[in-house]
Amino acid sequence: MAVIKVTEQNFKSEVLESSVPVLADFNANWCGPCRMLAPIVEEVSEERRDVKFVSINIDEEDILAEDYGISSIPCLVLFKGGEEVDRMVGLRPKDDLLDFLG
Amino acid sequence: MMYDIIIIGAGPAGMTAAIYARRAQKSVLVLEAQSYGGQIINTPEIENYPAAANISGFDFASNVYNQAKALGAEFKFENVLELRDTGASKEAVTKRGEYSARAVIIATGSANRKLGLEGEDRLTGRGISYCAACDGAFYRKKTVAVVGGGNTALEDALYLADVAEKVYLIHRRDSFRGDEATVERLKSRENVELVLNSRVTALNADKRLQSVEVKANDGSVRELKVDGLFAAVGRVPENQSFSNLIELDGAGYADSDESCRTKTAGVFVAGDNRRKEVRQLVTATADGAVAATAAIRYLNEG
Repeated sequence: MAVIKVTEQNFKSEVLESSVPVLADFNANWCGPCRMLAPIVEEVSEERRDVKFVSINIDEEDILAEDYGISSIPCLVLFKGGEEVDRMVGLRPKDDLLDFLG
Repeated sequence: MMYDIIIIGAGPAGMTAAIYARRAQKSVLVLEAQSYGGQIINTPEIENYPAAANISGFDFASNVYNQAKALGAEFKFENVLELRDTGASKEAVTKRGEYSARAVIIATGSANRKLGLEGEDRLTGRGISYCAACDGAFYRKKTVAVVGGGNTALEDALYLADVAEKVYLIHRRDSFRGDEATVERLKSRENVELVLNSRVTALNADKRLQSVEVKANDGSVRELKVDGLFAAVGRVPENQSFSNLIELDGAGYADSDESCRTKTAGVFVAGDNRRKEVRQLVTATADGAVAATAAIRYLNEG
């Protein structure tokens, strides 16, 4: 499953109203660790079809970043039923991401 | 299978060693705990590497990785838990298995030193950061504190003074180890307050960091309301798993000679985890070349 790009416009429908858990990857183009993490998230998305994976660019979506108090990137936020249930910051190996998803 | 050389760590030092070893026709396995690139990927712009006037750390790391791959270096993303020496062969043990080689280059680099405060891990990304260049922009018009007294702390404070409303610089002594010129520049900034002879003793938070408790050497305690706390208290070399085979100094750096040889024949060190004066990108890659050359000689003579 591919990682979907999410903006303020489709955040509600893709994330908050999603019927499955959503892993939101807050990132920026200038952030090296984010660029390093992106292919790992992509790989995990292939293995975990029960989760929706979305990518949010914090420079383009500064309101979403502000709303969720993002203060360090990359930041992975896990949503269930429209609520944040957990978050993980920084570049991590694939096994950590799989553990994080439970 | 028995590799000629196992390289532990895929940062600039390790990947450069891989390039040199492959060009000498040695089989190479690079074992990396996280992802290739190491610390340099946190640097948005490298401007002091010869022949590359301006390149991002990510692009630099990707270029070196692609170069090493194209030359035939094999990469596995597994954390080495233990290194064993049976004389003729060395065995690197990971969660998934064991890998053997005749020589090993340890190029594991270093990690951020933590403050050692309760709640620190939970609040990382919720107000606590170890990289002002990465996360400073999130604190526009906010109040932040920097902890530390070296050049990194001073430069972080100076950078944050441009972004944030107010910056506290908390340091346990009354003088700084960093450059005098940077100290003077900091002192001239109206929105920077030096909190000297003091250390952070507690983090107060609900969902994110709200304030820090600071205790001075005279026993007085202050609470500083901050939105962010940037820790710049040095780095820790990642040599702990290999102390059975290499000599470590008091700070944990690996002892080696000019050729990056350690006390164990066939075990070499390269990069920031090695004891040396200058830890820069260019000295990391240089170490990689030197260690690989020494390893190649060891193999050819062995």
